[in-house]
Parts: sequence; C-alpha cells; structure tokens
Amino acid sequence: MQEAQVQAELTHNLTEDKKKQTRAYWTRVAAAIGLLVVIAILVNIASKGSFLEPGNIINVLRQITYGCILAVGETFVIITAGIDLSVGSLVSLSGVVMAMFANSVHLGGVPLIIATLCVGLALGAAAGFVNAVPVVKLNLPSFITTLAMMLIAEGLSFKLSHGRPVPLDSPDFQSTGIGFFLGPLFTSLHLPGLPNPVIWMLVIVVGCSILLMRTRFGRYVFALGGNEEAARLAGVNVARVKTLVYVISGMCAAVAGFLLMALFSSGSPQTGTGDEMLEAIAAVVVGGTSLMGGRGTIVGTFFGALLIGMLYNVMNLIGIESYTQKIVLGAVILLAVVIDELRKRYLRKA
Amino acid sequence: MRDIGKSFPGVRALDGVTLDLHSGEVLALVGENGAGKSTLMKILAGAQPADSGEILIDGKPAAITSPRAAEELGIGMIYQEFNLVPSLNAIDNIVLGYEPRRGPFIDERGARERATGVFGELGITLPLNVETSQLSVAQQQMIEIAKVLSRHARIIVMDEPSAALTDREIDRLFEIIKTLKAKGAGIIYISHRLEELPRIADRVTVMRDGRAIETRSIGDFPPDEIVRAMVGRRLDSHFPELPAVAPDAPVMLSVRGLSRPPMVNGVSFQVRRGEIVGLAGLVGAGRTEIVRAIAGADIAKSGEVDIEGNVLRARSPRDGISAGIAFITEDRKAQGLVLGMSVRENVTLAHLGQFVNRDLLLNRAKEEDVTEQYIEELRIRTPSPEQTVGNLSGGNQQKVVLAKWLLGKAKVFLFDEPTRGIDIGAKAEIYNLMVKLSQGGAAIVMVSSELPEVLGMSHRIMVIRGGQIVRELSRAEATPDVVIAAATGAAA
Repeated sequence: MQEAQVQAELTHNLTEDKKKQTRAYWTRVAAAIGLLVVIAILVNIASKGSFLEPGNIINVLRQITYGCILAVGETFVIITAGIDLSVGSLVSLSGVVMAMFANSVHLGGVPLIIATLCVGLALGAAAGFVNAVPVVKLNLPSFITTLAMMLIAEGLSFKLSHGRPVPLDSPDFQSTGIGFFLGPLFTSLHLPGLPNPVIWMLVIVVGCSILLMRTRFGRYVFALGGNEEAARLAGVNVARVKTLVYVISGMCAAVAGFLLMALFSSGSPQTGTGDEMLEAIAAVVVGGTSLMGGRGTIVGTFFGALLIGMLYNVMNLIGIESYTQKIVLGAVILLAVVIDELRKRYLRKA
Repeated sequence: MRDIGKSFPGVRALDGVTLDLHSGEVLALVGENGAGKSTLMKILAGAQPADSGEILIDGKPAAITSPRAAEELGIGMIYQEFNLVPSLNAIDNIVLGYEPRRGPFIDERGARERATGVFGELGITLPLNVETSQLSVAQQQMIEIAKVLSRHARIIVMDEPSAALTDREIDRLFEIIKTLKAKGAGIIYISHRLEELPRIADRVTVMRDGRAIETRSIGDFPPDEIVRAMVGRRLDSHFPELPAVAPDAPVMLSVRGLSRPPMVNGVSFQVRRGEIVGLAGLVGAGRTEIVRAIAGADIAKSGEVDIEGNVLRARSPRDGISAGIAFITEDRKAQGLVLGMSVRENVTLAHLGQFVNRDLLLNRAKEEDVTEQYIEELRIRTPSPEQTVGNLSGGNQQKVVLAKWLLGKAKVFLFDEPTRGIDIGAKAEIYNLMVKLSQGGAAIVMVSSELPEVLGMSHRIMVIRGGQIVRELSRAEATPDVVIAAATGAAA
C-alpha cells in the first residue's frame, strides 16, 4: 500500500517536473523567437520593410551558416569546460588544403566533392586530435593548446598558398557552394529557395543536437563538464570523450571551410583569420552554454548565431558603419548573458 | 538568538529557534541532517538573512546583515569545507581581507607578526610559508581557527570540526578549544559524533525539524537520550545483526602483494562471498589508497587482484567496473556525483550501456523507471528523478551514489567512509543495505574512521598502518583498545 503510494507520488512529481522542464524549455524557445520577432518587426520598420523580405531572411541564414557550424562544434568543447581557439584558422587551412587537393586529383563530379570533403574532415579531425592530446594526457589548459594550433594552422595555410587564394579548377563545387535546395520547386512557387549551405547547417544542427542530448556520448560530455573525476570513477572513458569533442570541433571547422571554399570557388588563407572564432564563441555563450562546463544546448547555439547574424544584417540595412557595428555587437553580447543570468536567478528564487 | 524563523520555498527550515551561548562555554549543537543547524549558523554568520526573530550580543540587538558585519561583531565561523585560498600560505590566508598596510603595500612583517602571534597564543606550530593546499586537513583547520581568532572572534562556530581528523588530531583540537574557552570565547560545536561530546561540551542543544527541542547540561544528558531527542524515537542500536559467513563460502576478492608506494606497501588479503571486511586505521594510514588501487582509480605498481579467481589488471576505473567492482568514494561531492545533473542522470551514469536502444539513442523512459525503483527501494527523499542532485541533503546524495553502484550488480563493493557527514537515520539504512548486499552474495570492503562503525559492521577487521596490514582481527577479538593500539603502533 505504502509502496504504491510512493510510486504514485513519484510518478506524479516526475510528470510535474517534466512538464515544468518542458514548459521552461518552450518558454525559452518562445522567448527567443518572440525576442527575434520583436527585433525583426522594429528593424523592419527602421529599414522601411526591406528586412522581412524573404530574400533578406534567406540572406541572414546564409550569412550565419559558417559561423553557426563552427559554433556547434565549439559547443561540445565548451560543455566540457574547455575552449577551442583554433576553429577560425582551421577554416582557412582546410579550405586551402582541400582546394589544392581538388586541383591535383583526376576526379570529377560527386566523387571529387566527396573525396575533397573527406580530406578536409580528416584534416580537421587530425587537428582536433592534436589539440586534445596535451589536454588529455598532461592536463594542459585547452586555451593554450588550441591557441598554438590557431597560430600553426594560420601560418601553414599562408605558407601552403603563398598568401594567395587557391582557385578551384573544377566548377563541380558550385552547386554545393551557391546552389539551391530543390531550386526549381521553390522557383515555381515564386519563393526564394533555400541555399544548399543552409541545408548543411540545419542538418548539422539537428544531428549534433541529437548526438548531444540523446546519446551516451552526449551524456558523458555533460558529465565530464560537470565533474570530471566523478565521471572517471563512474567508468567513463574520459580521454576518449575529451578527445572526441575536439575532433568534432575540428571537423565542424573543416565543414565550414569546405562550404566557404565552394562558395568562393577558391580556398583562401584569409577566410577564417578574422573574428570568426570569437563570434562562434559568442554565439555559444549567447545561446546559454556555460563556460564553466556542464550545461548547454546546440539549439541555443543556433539561436545565438541567428541573433548575432540578424544584428549584423540589420545594421547593414539601416546603414550603420562597421566600426559602430562592433560596438553594438559587443554590447548585445554582454546584455544577452547578463539577462540570461538574471533570468536564471529569478527562476531559482521562484 | 531569539525566535529565529527562516523559510525556503516549500520548506520551513527554522521554526522559532531560541539559543543562548555564554562566554567561556562550549555549546554542542546536534541534530540529524536537515534539522536546521546549518541554516541557523548561516544566519548567525550573516551568510543568509533570517525571516524573523532577533540576535542579541551582550544583551544588545545586533544587526547581522553580511558576513563582514558578523565578523565585526566578533562572530567567527569555521565551515566544514574550509574557506581558505588553497594557493596562498597560512599568513596570507589569516590576514586576507584585513591586510595590515604600509602605504599602498601590504606590510609583510606586520602580517607575519599577526599570524605568529595568534599561533603562539594557541600553541600551534605549522609551516607558514607553504601553500595551504599542501597542508593536512588538521593543519588547515588550525589556520581557520587562527584566522577567526585574529579577527577577535568571541563567538566561534565550528561545523563538524572533528569529522576529518584522526584521534590524535582531535585531542589537539580539544586542547585548543579549551584554550579558547579559557580566554572567554563562547563556542558552538556542531557534531554528529555523540561519543566525543562529554569530552568537550558543557551543554547540548538538540535540534529537530527546525526547532530547538531540548537543551541540557552534558552531565545529565546521556547519549541514548540525546539520540532519542534527535530522532524523536528510541534507537536501540543502529547496527543491524550481521549474518554469519558460511565457512565454505568461496573467495570473491583476493589481493596479493598490492603496492603503490608510498601509501600502499604490499597488501594481501581475501574477502569471501557474503563477508564484510573493515579497514581500520588513522587518517593517512593508506586505507583509501588501498581501495583506490583495487578499484583502478589509481594504478598499482605491483601486485595482483583477483575477482572470483580471474586476474584483474585495472588500468582505469572502467576496468574495475567491468570486472564487477563498485567503488563508493569517500567524497561524494568531489568524486561520487555530478552535482549539476539530475538524480536520474547520476544513477545511470556508470551503466549507461544498459539504456542504449538499438538505434544508439538513450532510452529515457527506461532510465526513469529504474531510477524510480531505486528512489523507492532506498527511500531517497527527492521530489522526483529529475531533481538536481546538488539540491539534496547529504544522506540522500549518498543514497544516489549507492543506487548508481547497485545498478551494476557488482560482486565486490568497496565502501570508503560510507556514512561520513550523514544523519543517524540514513546511516542505519546504509548499514542495512550493506547487510542485504552481503546476504545477496557480495564481498564488501569498508574503510571507516568511525571505530564503532568498523567494530559493529565488519566480520573481520584489518588494521592499516603505513600502507600495510599490521593486524588482522576477528569480530570477537576486535575491541576499541586493540584496534587503536595497532593503528597507532603502540605495542599491544
């Protein structure tokens, strides 16, 4: 009798808790979307209706694609309480190496595309592995190892390309870089189609989200970030999980490098040496992932990247020049994390 | 403290508590976990505000609005987990926040004089120029005491000061407390160890369910009555009957010549099916290191471990787990749990493989079912499996750790201080669970610094000193004097 009562109570509380969590989750998503909509409307007014044109929205998505893919990989690393500073340079290096590879092999069409992508992924994975080894074996801070990799990758990409973009000989990459998904269908409906890179991004976001939230590996990533020693004593292969997060981050950088190379029809050593890495980290943090580790979501990262992308787009539309854009972006990042922290404190009290 | 009240969402933590402390006395504050001791002390120390009631110091109402205000009113708090900066030395820690200055610079000599002055008063010697992280727990505690004293504390609160100390260190602590008493300080001494109260306390206040139930002078408050006041009912003996080990029971765990210098030096013993073996010894004797080496948490330099006759060469905890070892660590917060994760996620962490579907995704419904089963079976007090473990009380956190290891159906259980810092009720439940495990055919090794626990819960006792087994005692032979004599190296 008593056991049945306990059981009933537990089940009841579980459903309640689940409901609460679901509600909290959807409140957040709704708040994020709501905020974006409000901003969008305001901006639309300010930009005299040009922001909400379908073409411009697609444009925003296209612009955030590369940064968002970097940020997705970075999310894994940051949840383990690490950081990957090398992702920007790896975009450049993988772009250059893939372009040189594509120009040197006698392949064409889909086999060429797949082979080139595989070379890039292998390079990104290898760089991630090198990032991880000192972190895993010697417990060195990832800030240092990935800083070193950032410099090495940047130097290598300039050295290999002699500082100039490497133009692709084959036109086979154009569809990947600038083509549209189901283009004719969308055109017949008088809609702008979804650019292929955007599809790549969405697939990566969904795939990585499932990997993080629903698999054993994902659970271990959180456990590692929450308490590494407890995870180790629970039998988690800490070395493997840690290595894998850097490998994933490196591979995401390679995918971004691949798409950018396809977009420009060349692999340039300059593509990832600007603010790419910093903006990826900003997207992760704005998306609610804790730099202390143990907490975070891929979906949040996507919204973080979207917010930053919208901001840039809007400022361009209403004619704010690039120096001011940086100031605004910095203020928005600060504001976003402050609001998130206040919201958490409020929820804890309530 | 008069009529102190405090509520948290859904809980009335303190329900009108009144407490008096005289100068030059030690008031012991006892009660089960969750009785409200810590909350009351946090209010006194200014770490949390009270909802109602007032605090009088020397008869005058005191406004304790912050930790700093409390310090200035002469209230010193020594928490169980110390508040030292591990990378600073003793002197820097003592003057932290109150550094003597010479112009814009810290007056190093003044700081040193202040620290040595306090240590001199207390009659303590310890290395002053070493990072405190390099010092023993007892030495760190001395620094904490010196720190509050250097701030002229007249009301000193100590939260479980003896929990991590050896018997000899406790003697030393008690001497220091007597010195403080003689200087006219009032001391509030929180402890789960009732047996030490007659040695140190003048009066005892028992708290239960957010109230001060009873206060008496120690002379007419015998331990069994204290326990009764704490739990609200009489506990005859909190150790369950140990079932006898069958004489022909097979050996489950065999350790031969296990070494990991300097803390483990050639340890050999066997544990049979259904047997509970206690490892006794002083803190620092190498007991924890022995079980860590068996479990694979540390890699042994030499020696052999067999589980049911199969050689285990554990290079990592993972190897130990797959060989059937469950290792319940001494520090549940640092090693046993991921505090930010839910009860469910912690329970399933070590055996997630059981919850992976064919499609490689985790089966969350199954995780929930299993977790609920354990919540019920172990009576874990949590609103639901989704509660964050960090929000549970110590005893319930320990039960979550146990659930995690019960899930794996291990053959050998290594318990390191299984009941440290948890209340009597939860202790009894953990003892019953150990008996149940041994009846179910497990072999159990238990490390404990609580002598009654080792004596009451072991079929056999190994006394450890210097990383070696110095004495093996049957249950009948083991008396407190014999064990202590062997552990300290006094001839017996």
